[in-house]
Formats: sequence, structure tokens, C-alpha cells
Amino acid sequence: MKLITLGADKIATSVLLALGVVSFVIPFCNLVLPADSALHFSAYTVSLIGKYLTFALLGLSLDLVWGYCGILALGQGAFFALGGYAMGMYLMRQIGTRGVYGDPLLPDFMVFLNWKELPWYWLGFDQFWFALLMVVLVPGVLAFVFGWLAFRSRVTGVYLSIITQALTYALLLAFFRNEMGFGGNNGLTDFKELLGFNIQSEDLRAVLLGVTGITLMATFIVSRWVVNTKLGRVVTAIRDQESRVRFLGYRVEMYKLWIFVFAAMIAGVAGALYVPQVGIINPSEFSPLNSLEIVIWVAMGGRGTLYGAIIGAVLVNFSKTILTGLLPEIWLFSLGAIFVFVTVFLPDGIVGLMRRKLQERAA
Amino acid sequence: MKANFIKGSCRVTALLMLLFSLAIHGDQDVSTQPLFMTAITNLKQGSMTEREQAINQLAENGGASLVILQALLDGQLFTLKTDMRLVIGVDNNQGYDVRDALTGESLGAMDRSTVNKINLTNKLRVSLRRTIGQLQLTVEDPAIRLAAVKAMGNEDDESALNLLKARLDLEKDPKVKQAIEVVFLLKDMNSSDKALRMKAIDALKAQNSLDVVNRLNVMVEKDEAGNFTEADADVRNAAKAALININTRLQLYSSAETIFFGLSLGAVLVLAAIGLAITFGVMGVINMAHGELMMLGAYTTYVMQQLLPNHLGISVLLSIPVAFVISAAVGIAIERGIIRFLYGRPLETLLATFGVSLILQQSVRSIFSPLNRSVATPEWMSGSLQINDFLSLTWNRFYILVFCLIVFLLLLQILKRTRLGLEVRAVAQNRNMAKAMGIPTSRVDAMTFGLGSGIAGVAGVALSQITNVGPNLGQAYIVDSFMVVVFGGVGNLWGTLVAGFILGIANKFLEPFAGAVLAKILVLIFIILFIQKRPRGLFPQKGRAADS
Repeated sequence: MKLITLGADKIATSVLLALGVVSFVIPFCNLVLPADSALHFSAYTVSLIGKYLTFALLGLSLDLVWGYCGILALGQGAFFALGGYAMGMYLMRQIGTRGVYGDPLLPDFMVFLNWKELPWYWLGFDQFWFALLMVVLVPGVLAFVFGWLAFRSRVTGVYLSIITQALTYALLLAFFRNEMGFGGNNGLTDFKELLGFNIQSEDLRAVLLGVTGITLMATFIVSRWVVNTKLGRVVTAIRDQESRVRFLGYRVEMYKLWIFVFAAMIAGVAGALYVPQVGIINPSEFSPLNSLEIVIWVAMGGRGTLYGAIIGAVLVNFSKTILTGLLPEIWLFSLGAIFVFVTVFLPDGIVGLMRRKLQERAA
Repeated sequence: MKANFIKGSCRVTALLMLLFSLAIHGDQDVSTQPLFMTAITNLKQGSMTEREQAINQLAENGGASLVILQALLDGQLFTLKTDMRLVIGVDNNQGYDVRDALTGESLGAMDRSTVNKINLTNKLRVSLRRTIGQLQLTVEDPAIRLAAVKAMGNEDDESALNLLKARLDLEKDPKVKQAIEVVFLLKDMNSSDKALRMKAIDALKAQNSLDVVNRLNVMVEKDEAGNFTEADADVRNAAKAALININTRLQLYSSAETIFFGLSLGAVLVLAAIGLAITFGVMGVINMAHGELMMLGAYTTYVMQQLLPNHLGISVLLSIPVAFVISAAVGIAIERGIIRFLYGRPLETLLATFGVSLILQQSVRSIFSPLNRSVATPEWMSGSLQINDFLSLTWNRFYILVFCLIVFLLLLQILKRTRLGLEVRAVAQNRNMAKAMGIPTSRVDAMTFGLGSGIAGVAGVALSQITNVGPNLGQAYIVDSFMVVVFGGVGNLWGTLVAGFILGIANKFLEPFAGAVLAKILVLIFIILFIQKRPRGLFPQKGRAADS
């Protein structure tokens, strides 16, 4: 395959352009224009688009491991949720005395459960920089330990998929427990402010959308650069012929581990951006179904392209919003149908379809 | 403790009812005997003295009169105001559910004002209780005799003890005999003779009875004033030693119970996983819709019960083949419609079948509502088998264990002895070679998938008896059953069986000190780590086929 530069690929450019418009124009309109202006977006729309963009970031992270390295990770949602929890813990500490029980130190659910002091793993989360560090570090370390064990003993294919699913399932069960100190069933919610700004305010929402969009664009560009470096080339080669790469003398498990940890960190960042925009994080984010949904975004968009993941995530979630609003019964039917249809008839996803059309036009 | 005994003897009571209703129905000639009829008439309208005579006459008639006497003691024996018929009435809050005392024929619900209660004096009640005890002690069924002995042992009644003493020499059943001995040994513990107390403790320490444990505990405790209830230190030490002795056995029995629970959980896991093991092992196909095929089986049981509301047991048994056929048909449809286009792409198959599972789930939700449906358990599956005071095994878990083993052996035989099994094994070992030998691999694939799915349906029937039947039934088991298959090693049915039981037992042993959720998490982590060590499970496939 010919090396495609950033500018040469039309779809990539248009995706990037669209992202640029969304992440600069919408926040600009909302911050500068008066509220009754025609170009002023409602808080609901802003949060919704912001949410889509965090999902796109999450999809992108899965595309790195699945599309480029061939690892079908069914636990990507776990890293997303861990990043989200790290951010949620910071936001909980920011509540201070404004909680229902007014305890200056303990979050409401701990007071409710009669906890006397803050558990050690909550220490430091009152600092924003520490929380940001944890957002990438916790998913990264988990991915490192898990990946190191799995790749070193050459667990591949469906076996790997299933144990990643077991991982997120185990975390789901663990976070449901009140004894864990993460709010159990209800998770973390009732946030008041982020860096001193009211989390409910429209201005902060607009800024968050902008930050999410810029993060997504930056990650997209960096990832695209990464997959085109020598390292990325080896990773792609592992996807296509793992044993051949090993026989050539590359340490396959190290490359896999690298890309797996990198993707987990991106997923953590996506989770951290997601939580302030939706205002809650709870254990259901760990559910195996959520992680499978990520896979279908990427499959629908077209894997191994990065921008396909972005298109897929936004499209699937947009239709989810529409369908669950109009006909809640239909949503699972259509999600199931998408799974079947895409895998059987659209192995390259929407992007593959678009590429073929573009090629036909060029020819 | 009494409550415990009552719970345990639920089955006994049910049996008792059945036995006597049979006796009354079958033994029509009893009611035609003139003596019996005079007794009944005296019971109905005679004076108290005549009533006492009537009771004694009935007692001589043996077991057949027991129902009438018991009803009399419980205040449930009435005469109808209209025709003086002798009836038994059970209070249903508004009135009585009435049945004929002699024939057992149900007469429906009646108002309180339509019947007269047959009253007793306190003196009569005491003698009646003794009579009933006496009668129960002579009944054919040892279970009833055992229950009677235990009930009489709990009463501090001299006459009851005399009855038991008389029975001791006649009793043939070792269990009942032992129970009578325990009653007397417990009485000996109250004696003022130290040697007798010591002897009783010595004899009782071999007994598995909660009565004994309670009595011994009282002996080693202090009363409110701070004095030992048992003044003699020797006796106290003997009691302590006996308690330790009994507690060791108690722990043994509780481990046995844990193993049984573990095995039954393992049986459920094996049932859920074994169909998956076949499709995964033979075709390399991950069927994420497997859980939903189980759900279909469970709903089949529900529908069958709706169709045959009066034949619970039969409908459950009939559900087994029906669920097999339905799930197998759906499975074959999935294989022919989707999976066959995706061979050689296991990850894509995983996604497509997951899509199918969502569709099946939502269909059930739309057809049957998202709420759980209740599936009734037939009588022979409810209750528990009481082995002794320390150990009881629930019947439904027991039947599922047996059912799992039957399904497993049947499947093993199918794979071993039938033409289909031969072809399935050939394709599993080397698809291309099998094809070259003329085996129609695509037909074998469809049949294999049908077989695996059908077994999922059968597993669903079993699940419907122990868990809620709802649209999420399959999802709850899918991760677990994958764990079992992966842990056991793909393509090996014995591996699946062993893995299922190991995981089930491990889970149940961890539960007491880790809690149910943490136990599950620990087991999951264990499997994740185990897969690192042995990526191909407990019993990996050997040879070149394993690499492909």
C-alpha cells in the first residue's frame, strides 16, 4: 500500500475540517454571540455534540488496537470508565461543603455509609493536575499489566477478546460494591464546579466542547503520525502476519503492549472529557455491552483508518439519540441489525464504501 | 429449631396427606364396617364419654383414622348442619375449605355458619394427643414415625415417654430407633446421677442432632448469676469434648454442603457452556447469541406451562425436547443466514452473533414484556432432602446436577458413536482433510451449530427452574460460560465438565468469607491469570490441528 500523506486523503481532510468547524465555531458562537441569536446553540445540543466527540475519541483508541494491531479488545470501555472515574473523583472533591451532608472532606455517599475518613486512594484528587495524571496513568498501568501478562504468553484472537471482556466484567462487579469507595451503584454525580467554574453553566459547556474537539483533532493527527512511523508499520505488520514479524526478529509482544497502553490512555482521556459533560459516572460504563458498542462504531465507520472510527462513533450515536427518543423499542433491533449487516456486507465500513465511490469517480 | 424441623418435614407432611387420602379412597370397606360407623356417629353427636370411646375405637382401626383424629385435635373436624356429614374444614380467612372426612371428596369453600365444630375437653385433648402419637408410631412409613418421635421428644410429657419406651423394643428401623434413644439420652442429661449424665454425653457425641448440640451448649454455659448450669466440672469437660467432637463433624457436613452447592452451580455452568464448547471447538466460532438461545429455552418452558397449566411436571419434561427443537432451529437459521458467510473470520462472527443476540433479546422483550416471567417448579422438584439435622440438599439443585450429567453423557455418546459425531470430530481435527475425504463440511457445520444451540435450549429449561426468566437471562450467563470453555480448553468436552465443576466449587468456597460478588471477581481474575500460564486451557488440543 502506498504511503498516504495527511493531505492526500480526501476523507481524512474533510473529517478534520468538520471537527475544526465544530470545535471552534460552536464555542465561539455561544461565548461571543448573545443568547437570542440564531447561531446560539442550546446547552443540550452543545453537551450532546461534546458527548459524541468523546465517543469518537474512544472509537479512535479502539481503532488503534483493533484496526491497526488486530487485537479485538472487548474491554476498551473499562479504560474509558477508569479515566471517567478519575475525573469524577476530582469533581467530587470540588463539591466541598456544598454536598447534602455538608461534610468538608467526605463525599455524600461516604457520609451516608458512615465512613469516618477518606480512603487513601482518594488522596490527591483535590488537585487538578493530579487528577489529570491519574486519568492517563490508571488506565495506562492497568493496560500495561494486563497486556504484559497477555501478550507475553501469546494469548491471541478470540481468547484475548474474551479475557478483555472478563476484565471489564470483573471491574463492573467490583465498582458496583459500596465497599470499594466509588459510590457503588449510583457512582459519582452531583458535581458543582470544574476549576472554579460552575459545571452547569453554558459557557463552560461550550469551552468543554471546544477542548474535546481540539483533543480529538490533536489525537487524530498524532495517531495518524504514529501509525505511519516505523513503529506503526510494525504494528500493522503484526496484524497481518504475526508469526512472520516474530520470525523477522521483532519483539511482537512489546509492540502490541505499546499500542495497547497508548490506546488505553486515549480512552482514559475520553472518559475524563465525558464525565463533566454528562455530569455522572457510574459502574454501568464498565458493562461488556458498552465495550461491544464501541467495536460496532469502529466496524461501521471502517476500521484501520482512524477517521472511520470518528465517523462511525458519531453516526451510530446520533442514530441512537434519534431512535431511543422516537421508538425506544426499535433501538436494540437496529443496533443488532447494524452488527449483522456491517460484518456481513460492509467489512470495510462506510469509509470503504466512500473510498470505492471516490476511486470510481477518479477512474 | 422447631421451625427448622417443620420446614424439613414439609415433604413428609405432603407425603402423609397423600398416603391417607389414598388410604381413605382405596379402603372403602372401612367406612362400611358397622363398628367404625358407630364410632363416627358417637363422635358426631355423643356425650363427651361416648366421644372418648369413639376416639379409642377409631384408634384401633389404625392408620386410616389418623386423618380424622388429627383434624379433631387441630379443631378442623366439623359436621354439616344440613345432613350431619362429617367433614374436615381448613380455615381460609373467609370461611372453610371443606372436604368429606371419610371419602376425601372436596366440597368447596363454605361459610362458617353452615358447619358445627366438634368440641373437645382438655382432658380429651391430652388423651387424643397420646392416641395420635401412638398411632403415628405404628405407621408403615419410617419417615412419619421419625417425625412423630421428634415431636414427642420435644414435649415434656410422661405418657409420651412411656409410649416411646414401649416402641423402642418393637422398632425395626435403625434411624427411628436411634431417634428414640436420643430422646431418652437427652432426658438422662437432666438426671442427678453424675455417672448417668456422663454416660449420656458419651453416647450422644456420636449423634448428628441439633437437639444434642443445644443441650450440650446449655451445659457448658453460665447462668445469669454467673454459676455454671452444670455444676460438676467432669461432666462439663465431657460436654465440651463432645461439642468439639460434634463441631468437627458439623464442619465436615457443611463442607459437604458447600461442595454440593458448588457442584450444582458447576452443573448450571456446564449446561450453559457445553453447547458453546461444541460450536467453538468444532467451528472456531464464538457464538455470542448462545445465552439468548438459552433464554429461548427458558421461555419455551414458560409457554409450555401456559399451555398445560394443570400438568406442571409433564409440561417441564415436555419442554426439554421442544426447547431443543426450537433453539436448534433458530441456531441453524443463524448459521445458514449469517455465520456461513463469515468462516475464517472469528472476530467478525463474534460481532455478528452479538447483533443476533440483541435482536433476539429485544424480540422477547417485545413479545413477552420486559418483566420477568414466573415459571412454576413441579412438586417433585421443590423442597429438600434432609439427610440429618446438619445436612439437607435441595431437590431442584440435585435434579439439575443429575440432568447436567445425563446431557453430558448423551452428548458424549452422540459424538462418539453416531455418524454425525464422527463427521463432527473429523471436521474439528482437520477441516480440509475431512472435506477431501468427502464429508459435507457445510452440512456438518449446520448440524453442529444446531446441536450446540439445541443444548443451549435444554440448558434454558433447567435454568428456568432456578432463576428468573427474563430477557436478560442469557446475558447473565454468557461471560461465565465463555470462562468455562476457555478454562477447560477448547474442543474438549471433559475439559468443559471439569472446568465447570471446579469454577462452581471454587465460587461456593470463596463466597462465605469473600461475599458473592467478590468471589466472582476473584474467580474471574484467577481465570485471566490462568490463561496467561496456559493459553489453551486445562486440557489443550494436541497435535497440528491445534495451531490452525
